[in-house]
Amino acid sequence: MNLFDRLFGNKASANSAKERLQLVLVHDRTDLTPAEFDSLRDDLIAVISRHVEVDEQAIQIGVEHDGRSQRLVADIPLKSTRRKKTRKTR
Amino acid sequence: MTAKVITITSGKGGVGKTTAVANLAVALALEGSKVVCIDGDIGLRNLDVILGLENRIVYDIVDVIEGRCRLKQAMIRDKKLPELYLIPAAQTRDKNAISASEMIRLVKDLRSECDFVLIDSPAGIERGFRNAIAGADRVLVVTNPEISAVRDADRVIGILESEEKGPAALILNRLNPALVKSKDMLSPEDVLDLLAIELIGIVPEDENVIIASNRGAPVAYEPKSRAGQAFRNIAKRLRGETVPFLDLDAQSGLWNRLQRLTGRK
Repeated sequence: MNLFDRLFGNKASANSAKERLQLVLVHDRTDLTPAEFDSLRDDLIAVISRHVEVDEQAIQIGVEHDGRSQRLVADIPLKSTRRKKTRKTR
Repeated sequence: MTAKVITITSGKGGVGKTTAVANLAVALALEGSKVVCIDGDIGLRNLDVILGLENRIVYDIVDVIEGRCRLKQAMIRDKKLPELYLIPAAQTRDKNAISASEMIRLVKDLRSECDFVLIDSPAGIERGFRNAIAGADRVLVVTNPEISAVRDADRVIGILESEEKGPAALILNRLNPALVKSKDMLSPEDVLDLLAIELIGIVPEDENVIIASNRGAPVAYEPKSRAGQAFRNIAKRLRGETVPFLDLDAQSGLWNRLQRLTGRK
């Protein structure tokens, strides 16, 4: 990494390589393309929304790994029910 | 004798598989092990030239499998090390000349003949690779600290897992410590973090490797070469010894030595 890059805040190339690899490997290992992953996410939200009201803006779905095993981790905040709300305002 | 059968593979081509096989074979033989190495890259024979044995070939692996010669006739003895043998690949045939079960049978016959069988796998994840891992007790994956090599290594490690070939170990080849220091090359920590497998050796980039292959005498013979030292260390680890990893920051330049002497480094 040369002085020019450092002065202008360019990221070290090894860091870009690592970040790009992290993303690529998730898709290689799961055999899911980014588009398929988005469709999985949409389906998941649709199913859950049939039963409870969810806060779509705050949903986080991603793949985490521990060693070479991977898991799909979904953090789906539920919207508080009307009854709760009314109790609070009282 | 019951040999340990070790296959060296990589996914991507050109990362140094054949160089690794030749050097580990030489280093193991220098330690006193009896070693047979097999060139599994049918049609693209190369291990013979790296070992400097290209003029001694009479029979090859396909001749053994098709019954044109006995196993011992295809085992070429090394020029310097009497306990090192090569079974060369056929050059004018393709990878379909051998099946996985024939490879397993060949390896089984070799087990009683030596301490180590090293198999040089072809690049890719096709039939030649499948044949090369079929009879292996252990698989070593060679990669470079470079984005496409790491990605392909990950694919291969995934296949080895699903084939239940046991945990693979990694040889990180052609590491350039100066580039790692300036953050322009993936570090060993980065690569291990991404691939999440056991490390068996880091081999620094070393121009002696090219000089050695020009001469047909692997760099493991060179007492002063850092790559040679790294391969000798891996060989010791394969024999079950515990050897610390090389200090990659150690430079041989005068300035660095002065700095170390004066305690600045």
